[in-house]
Amino acid sequence: MQAAVIVFPGSNCDRDVQVALAQSMGAPPCMAWHGDSDLPAVDLIVVPGGFSYGDYLRSGAMAAHSPVMRAVVERAKQGVPVLGICNGFQILTETGLLPGVMMRNAALRFVCRDVCLRVESTASIFTRRYRPGQVIRLPVAHMDGNYFTDDETLKRLADQDRVAFRYCDGAGKSDVAANPNGSLDDIAGIFSKERNVLGMMPHPERLADPLLGGTDGRPMFDGLIEALAA
Amino acid sequence: MSDITPEVIAGHGLDDEEYANILRILNREPNLTELGVFSVMWSEHCSYKSSKKWLRTLPTEAPWVICGPGENAGIIDIGDGEAVVFKMESHNHPSFIEPYQGAATGVGGILRDVFTMGARPVANLNALRFGSPDHAKTRHLVAGVVAGIGGYGNCIGVPTVGGECTFDAGYNGNILVNAMTVGVAAKDRIFYSAASGVGNPIVYLGSKTGRDGIHGATMASAEFSEDAEEKRPTVQVGDPFTEKLLLEACLELMATDAIIAIQDMGAAGLTCSSFEMASKGGLGLEIDLDKVPAREEGMTAYELMLSESQERMLMVLKPGREAVARAIFEKWELDFAVIGHTTDTKRMVLSMSGQVVGDLPIDPLAQSSPELDRSWTPAPARPVVTADEVPAPNDPAAALGRLVGCPDLAAKRWVWEQYDHMVMADTVGRPGGDAAVVRVHGSSKALAVTSDCTPRYCAADPLEGGRQAVAEAWRNLTAVGARPLAVTDCLNFGNPERPEIMGQFVGCIQGMGEACAALDFPVVSGNVSLHNETNGQAIPPTPTIGGVGLLDDVAGAVTIAFKAVGEALVLIGETRGHLGSSLYLREIEGRTDGAPPPVDLEAERRNGDAVRRLIEAGRISACHDVSDGGVLVAVAEMAMAGGIGADIQVPADAPPPHAWLFGEDQARYVLAVNDAEAVLADAAEAGVPAARIGVTGGKILTVGGADAISISELKAIHEGWLPDYMSAP
Repeated sequence: MQAAVIVFPGSNCDRDVQVALAQSMGAPPCMAWHGDSDLPAVDLIVVPGGFSYGDYLRSGAMAAHSPVMRAVVERAKQGVPVLGICNGFQILTETGLLPGVMMRNAALRFVCRDVCLRVESTASIFTRRYRPGQVIRLPVAHMDGNYFTDDETLKRLADQDRVAFRYCDGAGKSDVAANPNGSLDDIAGIFSKERNVLGMMPHPERLADPLLGGTDGRPMFDGLIEALAA
Repeated sequence: MSDITPEVIAGHGLDDEEYANILRILNREPNLTELGVFSVMWSEHCSYKSSKKWLRTLPTEAPWVICGPGENAGIIDIGDGEAVVFKMESHNHPSFIEPYQGAATGVGGILRDVFTMGARPVANLNALRFGSPDHAKTRHLVAGVVAGIGGYGNCIGVPTVGGECTFDAGYNGNILVNAMTVGVAAKDRIFYSAASGVGNPIVYLGSKTGRDGIHGATMASAEFSEDAEEKRPTVQVGDPFTEKLLLEACLELMATDAIIAIQDMGAAGLTCSSFEMASKGGLGLEIDLDKVPAREEGMTAYELMLSESQERMLMVLKPGREAVARAIFEKWELDFAVIGHTTDTKRMVLSMSGQVVGDLPIDPLAQSSPELDRSWTPAPARPVVTADEVPAPNDPAAALGRLVGCPDLAAKRWVWEQYDHMVMADTVGRPGGDAAVVRVHGSSKALAVTSDCTPRYCAADPLEGGRQAVAEAWRNLTAVGARPLAVTDCLNFGNPERPEIMGQFVGCIQGMGEACAALDFPVVSGNVSLHNETNGQAIPPTPTIGGVGLLDDVAGAVTIAFKAVGEALVLIGETRGHLGSSLYLREIEGRTDGAPPPVDLEAERRNGDAVRRLIEAGRISACHDVSDGGVLVAVAEMAMAGGIGADIQVPADAPPPHAWLFGEDQARYVLAVNDAEAVLADAAEAGVPAARIGVTGGKILTVGGADAISISELKAIHEGWLPDYMSAP
């Protein structure tokens, strides 16, 4: 089993994902530089958080056109699992691998805090280790996490069970106070139609070590590695 | 007719004596470029002319100090071949004029100071002092400064893990933005700024040079008047993305053996960095200004030398290693240009279009720049306020509510939630505790970091306030279980030409020096910011102390939060009920008089060492130092953090209850412990005053079973003030 973490100039969660993957895999993943158009043969690709190319345009907009992302899109279409976290999610929407757009947080401020998430679907390689409806706690840290899409797409996401996580309170109830960025329908993460691409704003790699205050991110990495190593 | 008129000289902030000195050094009239160079190099900001004499009195040595003050940052040894590199710096003047960019570039500048020495930055802190919440500009400044700090630190991907944020009318015209960065380096790969060798290439790295920030250092060395807003063009604009590239490129190049010396371009840009490198190495430099990467065409020598464009570095390379360095910088898409070479002339020779446009001796502008012995008068002593002179509150619970909801003590969650405090995935102790705890990557060790100062104590008695700032930083590190190692300081004061301001400076330095010596807590780096005055009104003296400590085992760190019900509360240290200059006196009685609490450095040491041993022995489940607001506030903060209440018993032999509850005697800690008898026995053996003062449990906080206030009500008050203030119409 081999995984690749994509590194753009301005990525800053690449090492954090590398550590979390290495913990579950027993060996570090390879790091793929943005300028490389050919990716090594891997079983999993992670597009990490950060500020790719400074994000001085729209978040993720420039990265979506980098040589390495052309390769990532191709692999995703071949069925390779792709996980986009935070800026990675923004990039995946900009490439069109995932529908919708990311707007500025409703409060117009950067937000970094732990949030609760309701696991809406366990029918994916990413979420198979969670229980349906399970409430987990992960941190968010972003300026542009306010997910938006048109009514038709929203309905399709719901009908096809493609919402992975929704923001909620500790009891699993979604409301305005529990939503850190104003995202539509409290969406925190979504799957592609084929369910091999997941984009999510919260950071599972930041709570995969008990010393950091929680381990609710760990089942995602363990589940991926278990399924892909089989 | 000469360009150098008296108006031009005065406009450069140089007085008659200084200009006469320039004529003597050059033996001729300077040209405008040379005058500009003198002006920034001799500014207070770059030369420390008023403060040098006193800074030399601070203790700077300990067996674990690798590099003390004088370099880009201080360095201490943390074992296992690793070193911690850290410094705090002010960006006060720019942040008042343009809060977002002023604060952002403050963060950028201090990050560069740390990574220029070969360290990867692992934590940022910020000590912020704003004016009164009622002042018309305060809300705008808070919003801008916080967004600027977040905008820079979040993008570059270094967690902002702690700091302070307080409010006082004394900062209405001059806010303080003190930024601190802590980095970790391999002990055998540390880089310094002294150039060496003759004929070695001088390399310019990073962003291109623009016309921004010209004379920022001179602006920061003068008082404000009503026209402060007009100085906005002297504030630089930050580009954290370029800084991230510069960081990665520098660290990549540092892993090779190509670099002889490296220095970031901060205040006074190319001028200060080139003079520093040459002066420290006892060399001269020849620089061809045509080679400096410029953002605009037609920039003059004056502009190129004085620009404070951000995200730039200067480096001396080993001969023949240009290609290695160039390849790394081109990979990161950064400018890389050989702009000159080292000489043995001890002169700075600047040329442009084949003409010499400046020829200056190095030393009189750098290491032997002017030093002043300014006159000073000690601050008059204030009378002690005794507890019986201060009325007791009718309702201690209501007084507690007012204290935890006052601007200085109110939760700063609104601030630190705008900072990415978890990136790098090593933040073990998040903001909101006594000290933040950051694991040393890939190890089981951790750094504890804090910033502290109590300006109202410094205003009341500079000597005692200086001692207290150091002692509180030491205590905050101790309270998480860390061994305090060293400090950086950021000394913010008014106009040093006024003897009473100079007296505050001297007093604070003396107090700090005593505390640093008594606590084995040397100063390894720092920064001085004077002239924090507007229309003759100086800020309260504010010597901010940034402290760094080490935990050998990160799993042993403790927090302030109550963990379990039924645990005993133990108060360490002696309680006399000191209310002078206390927060209680200010917030409840509206008085700011009285001597501040005396600091007994022997007691600090003894009590702190005992607490640390108890933490290391695993006897403590929560620990909080007692500071602003006294014992009751400390217990309330522990209760709010843990969501568990407590009942407090005022001891029978105590001072009047309100003085016992709210007094701010120093050298004290509140502990939550499982086995109180064992802890009291250990404390007795160590000769440390310790008393059982209550028990955890329930959802309310009570004093002697009465005067109840619920934890949820306290939390609503504590958490509510800042978001309500910032969102008020």
